[in-house]
Amino acid sequence: MNSQIFGNKKSIIETKSHISYGRTVKMIFVYLLLIIISIFFLMPLVWMISTSLKPLNELYSVTPHFIPKNIMWSNYKDAVNSIPFFVYLRNTLIYAVVATFGVTVSSFIVAYGFSKIDWKGREFLFFVLLMTMMLPPQVTMIPVYIIFKHLGWVNSLRPLIIPSFFGSPFYIFLTRQFMLTIPNEFCDSARIDGANEWQILWKIMAPMCRPIVWTIIVFNIVGTWNDFMGPLIYLNDESKYTLSLGLQQFMGAHSTLWNELMAASVLTTIPMIILFFFSQKTMLEGITLSGGIKQ
Amino acid sequence: MISMKSKKLTKYDIKNIKRGLFFISPWLIGFMVFTIYPFIASLIYSFSVYNGVTASKFVGLKNYIQLFQDPKFYTALYNTFYYAIIAVPLGIVLGVLVALLLNQPIKFLSFFRTAIYIPVIVPTVAVSILWIWLLNPEVGLINWLLSLFGIKGPGWLADPKWSKMALILMAQWGIGQSVLIYLSGLKNVPKELYESADIDGANGFTKFFHITLPMITPLILYNLIMGVIGSLQYFTQAYVMTNGGPMNSTLFYALYLFQNAFQFLSFGYASAMAWILFIIIAIIVYILLKTSARWVFYGGQ
Repeated sequence: MNSQIFGNKKSIIETKSHISYGRTVKMIFVYLLLIIISIFFLMPLVWMISTSLKPLNELYSVTPHFIPKNIMWSNYKDAVNSIPFFVYLRNTLIYAVVATFGVTVSSFIVAYGFSKIDWKGREFLFFVLLMTMMLPPQVTMIPVYIIFKHLGWVNSLRPLIIPSFFGSPFYIFLTRQFMLTIPNEFCDSARIDGANEWQILWKIMAPMCRPIVWTIIVFNIVGTWNDFMGPLIYLNDESKYTLSLGLQQFMGAHSTLWNELMAASVLTTIPMIILFFFSQKTMLEGITLSGGIKQ
Repeated sequence: MISMKSKKLTKYDIKNIKRGLFFISPWLIGFMVFTIYPFIASLIYSFSVYNGVTASKFVGLKNYIQLFQDPKFYTALYNTFYYAIIAVPLGIVLGVLVALLLNQPIKFLSFFRTAIYIPVIVPTVAVSILWIWLLNPEVGLINWLLSLFGIKGPGWLADPKWSKMALILMAQWGIGQSVLIYLSGLKNVPKELYESADIDGANGFTKFFHITLPMITPLILYNLIMGVIGSLQYFTQAYVMTNGGPMNSTLFYALYLFQNAFQFLSFGYASAMAWILFIIIAIIVYILLKTSARWVFYGGQ
C-alpha cells in the first residue's frame, strides 16, 4: 500500500510538467472549438440584422458582405408600415400577458393541492396528470376546435387564452416539485394557528415560491410569443393576428423583400432578447429544473 | 382505480379529499373538458365523416382503410421518421459534445453559453424565415460558406433530396436548450468519482466513458424521449418554409394532419391520423423506456 502511494506521488511530480503542457494544448483546442461553435450560432443572427439594413440591390451580391454599403434604417419603417405591426404586437401582448397570468395562478393553486395537502387519491390523479403530458396535441385539437366553434369563440384570442386558466400539466409538475422541497413545518404551524389552506397558500407558500413562479412566467411568455399553430387555427381576421402569424403572412405576400422581412423578424425577436437579458438567471435555473436535475 | 386499503374513510380523510379536490379543481375541470372529452370525441370522429358544419356520419373503419391506401400517408410517415431518426440523435450527440466543452475550466463561460442559447429564444417563425434566406441556393450564407471549402452547395429547400437535410441542419441551431441541461448534469457529477479515477491512473477517455457518460444517461433519455415526441409533431417550420414541398419531400405527418383537418375539412380522416400518431408515440415511448434500463444509469450504484 505505502509503496503504491509513494510510487504514484513520484510519478505525479515527474509528469507534472508533461501534464501542464498537455493541458495547455487541450485548452487551446477547447477555446478554438468554442469560438468556431459560437460563430456558427451567432452568425445567422448577425446576418439577419445585416440583411435587414440593406437596400434591395445589395441583397443579391455575388460575394456576401456583412456591412451594408448603404445602411437602410428605413427598412424598419417600411416593415412596420407594410403590415399592421402594432396591431399584431398588441394582440401578441394581450395573449402573452393574460395567458401567462392565468396559467401561473392556476398552476400554483393546483400544485398546492398536489403537494401540501395530504388526501387519498392524490398520487393517482397526479400520475394521470403526468400521463397527459405524453398526449400529442393532435389527438385533442380537433374536438377542442369544434367546442370553440360552437361557443362562437373562433376568430378571437379566447381559445388561446381561456385554457391556460385551467393550469398546465408541465407547470403544475414544476411547481409541485418546488413546493415539495419546502419543509412542511411552515404549513403545519400555520394550521395549528388556525389558518385555513387558502390563507396558507397565499400568505406562506406564495412568497416562498417566487423563484418557480418567475420561471413559469418567463417560460410562458416565450411560449405564447412563439405560438404559431394556435393562432393559425383560431385567428381568421388580420386584425386579430399575433406577431408569429402576421410575420408568416407578411412573407407570403412579400416573399422577395428579404430586407424588410428580416427587419420584421428582428422586430419580433427583440422583445424576447430583452426578456432574456433581464431574466437570465431565472431562465437558466428554470432549464435545469425542467431537465429534472436536483439543485 | 383509487385503491382503498383496509380502513374506511374517516371524517378527517373526507375533509382532506374535499380540500385536495378543491385546490386541483382548475386542472380537474380543464382535464375533463379539454382532455378526456376530446380524447374520446376524436376517437368517435375517426369513425365518422365530418366537416365541422353538417352533421357527422358514422362510417366505421372507412377512414383507417382509406389512410392505409393513401400514398401521402406513407410519405408523411417516411418524412417524419427520416427527420426524427437523424435530427434527434444528432442533436443529442452535438449537445453533449458542446456541453463537455463548456464544462472545461474556461474563462468567458457566460459569453459562450449565451451565444449558444440565444437561438433558442428567437421566435420559431422568425427562425424559419431567416433560414429560408440562409439556405438560398444562390445567395445564401450556407452555400457561400461551403464554397469557401470548394464545395458546391445543394438546392437545399428547393431540392427534394436535400429539403429534409436542410431542416435537420436548421434544427441543430437550437440545441442550446439541451446543452444547458447537459451542462448542469455534468456539473452535478461528484468530483470524488473523478479523483478516485485519477488515483487509479485512469486517462481522459476512460473517465469519460466510465464516469461522465453513465452519469448523464438519465438526461440523455429525457432529451431522447422529448426529442422523439417533438419531432413526430414537427409542424411550424414545415408549414412556413416549404408547406410540404418540393414534391411532398417535407410533407410531415403533423402537416398532413393539419391539411386534412383545416384545409380539406375532413375532420374524421384527420382524427384517424391523430389516433394512429398517438399509438405510434405510445409504442415508441414504451420501447424507449423498456430498453432504457439497459443503458441508463441511476445514481446510487
